[in-house]
Amino acid sequence: MKTVSLAETSVRQLNAMLHAQARGPTETHWRITDPDGRHAIACGLDAALDVTIDGHAGYYCAGMNQKASVTINGMVGVGVAENMMSGRVHVRGNASQSAGATAHGGLLIIDGDASARCGISMKGVDIVVGGSVGHMSAFMGQAGRLLVCGDAGEALGDSLYEARIYVRGSVASLGADCIEKPMRDEHLRDVAELIAAAGIDAQPADFRRYGSARRLYHVAVDDAAIVTGDSHA
Amino acid sequence: MHDPADPWTLRESHTFDRHAIHEIQRAATTGVYDIRGFGAKRRLPHFDDLLFLGASMSRYPLEGYREKCATDVVLGDRFASRPLHLDIPVTIAGMSFGALSAQAKEALGRGASAAGTCTTTGDGGMTDEERGHSKWLVYQYLPSRYGMNPDHLRAADAIEVVLGQGAKPGGGGILMGQKISDRIAAMRTLPAGIDQRSACRHPDWTGPDDLAIKIEELREITGWEKPIHIKIGASRTYYDVKLAVKAGADVVVLDGMQGGTAATQEVFIEHVGIPILAAIPQAVQALQEMDMHRTVQLVVSGGIRTGADVAKAMALGADAVSIGTAALIALGCNDPQRDADYHRIGSAAGFYDDYHAGQDPAGISTQDPALAARLDPELGGRRLANYLRVLTAEAQTIARACGKSHIRNLEPEDLVALTIEAAAMARVPLAGTEWIPGVQSC
Repeated sequence: MKTVSLAETSVRQLNAMLHAQARGPTETHWRITDPDGRHAIACGLDAALDVTIDGHAGYYCAGMNQKASVTINGMVGVGVAENMMSGRVHVRGNASQSAGATAHGGLLIIDGDASARCGISMKGVDIVVGGSVGHMSAFMGQAGRLLVCGDAGEALGDSLYEARIYVRGSVASLGADCIEKPMRDEHLRDVAELIAAAGIDAQPADFRRYGSARRLYHVAVDDAAIVTGDSHA
Repeated sequence: MHDPADPWTLRESHTFDRHAIHEIQRAATTGVYDIRGFGAKRRLPHFDDLLFLGASMSRYPLEGYREKCATDVVLGDRFASRPLHLDIPVTIAGMSFGALSAQAKEALGRGASAAGTCTTTGDGGMTDEERGHSKWLVYQYLPSRYGMNPDHLRAADAIEVVLGQGAKPGGGGILMGQKISDRIAAMRTLPAGIDQRSACRHPDWTGPDDLAIKIEELREITGWEKPIHIKIGASRTYYDVKLAVKAGADVVVLDGMQGGTAATQEVFIEHVGIPILAAIPQAVQALQEMDMHRTVQLVVSGGIRTGADVAKAMALGADAVSIGTAALIALGCNDPQRDADYHRIGSAAGFYDDYHAGQDPAGISTQDPALAARLDPELGGRRLANYLRVLTAEAQTIARACGKSHIRNLEPEDLVALTIEAAAMARVPLAGTEWIPGVQSC
């Protein structure tokens, strides 16, 4: 394992070392110390690395991750694992807003709470939140699954496309075109799969499902082009 | 009183003219606002309202056809280690695969490369056709992040963070279901056939301080090599340019309200934003006050048609211009030879703006395989390259007449305005006077 202290090494130098692993790996296990809320730590990884960050990270930690497994033993700022393509990101604390934003794949686990817009515009990622999520979570979510073990804030799933949302606790309100849907066997299997992948203790039957009513999928057009009476009178 | 035998007795209302009446009746029929492509069609103060002061006794001209007048431009050398070195100061604006056919995107890449300039992706990601045929390709980073892939970020030559566009500053995008083919749907991770919305704001940053951190992330992922452009729709231009520079932009791309769109509400196209003529001086002022003019390059777009427009934009302080609608016209959009085809879909050559409908007879703004096949990418690229060469040669001709050995040496002092409005907006004197309204008293 290679240990890098961000008290001694810049984020730029660290990321350059991690990015170089995509061209020919020399070290697969990395431990990052003294992150002290710095931004863009371990972003843009593109190799099957195992990276552990001991401490709190700032914005865009593990952003655009591909293939790597990144664990943060602390809190994270805005946009953790944003646009992740594959791999796994595990936050052992809380996450700020826009966690997993636009992510196309992989698994994002947040042991604590996630703030507003968790899973915004998600495009295939699986997100498991041990605590609660803030307002506008899964806004315009296109694909993937968001599992919330706690509560969800206002306007959950606003303008949702095909992402699936599962919530165990209360939902403050649903956003435009988001509705509660029945839990069928396939959805119970969905939840069981996510619970197992995240390694959390929960029962699938305790969750409720929310999805798109698909009423916003087409611009509504009327056809009132009716001429009454004799137009040539 | 109206005499049916004498049309001179008819009087059309300025307020309720035929277009207004048609729009009211169309709205009453359909219950939905009008969505269309192209750009603003109303009369606006524009480059036509400016004239150059050619050299004579007080200025020394260059020989108009042969004497060297350079056109190259470097974009993005503020922070990026690999800025763009372009041969001409005319770039191709961002237009999506989805809005345009794959053939059109390929043709844009071919034409731009042949003329020595860059082209730009759009909403929906990067296609192999476009990357493969573009010597320099700018990758747009948009609010929707449709098709956003870090591999494409790394494969690009520059990154353009899009905050807005001139046709709809503050608005997101629309791609109607008839253009959402299986390939488009897969690239955007959306069901085929739905009317698709593109978000109007970025999902993971809010405001210039966040944007600075976002740009830092983009630079980290791409090794600090690639120029970062920030594209804004012209509205509060002075402040937006200052904030873009503060956020760390290498290049500011400024799109005026005449800028084109593939699908936007007409009410948005015609009533939101400001003309590019008014926006350029605001942007230049912002850059100059920050001592960043020519350090952060300014690329402007929105209604560029001729080399005169190119020269006027650069004289006002732009480092380069960008074209979208004009590039499509060069490919064959609104070609009179296809007039019969346009009539069959309820339009006419010279008027066609239903880019959203996917029925483009020229094969440009469509995903219909049969229509798209009408556009030969090689021929389209050749036509675009020709047009870009003409734009450049025309701008050179004017620059030489003004005594400039490089197009970028054109300056506001070379310009006068034909109207008081244009003089006030462009901040150049009304022709025949020393008067710049708003700057100097009469």
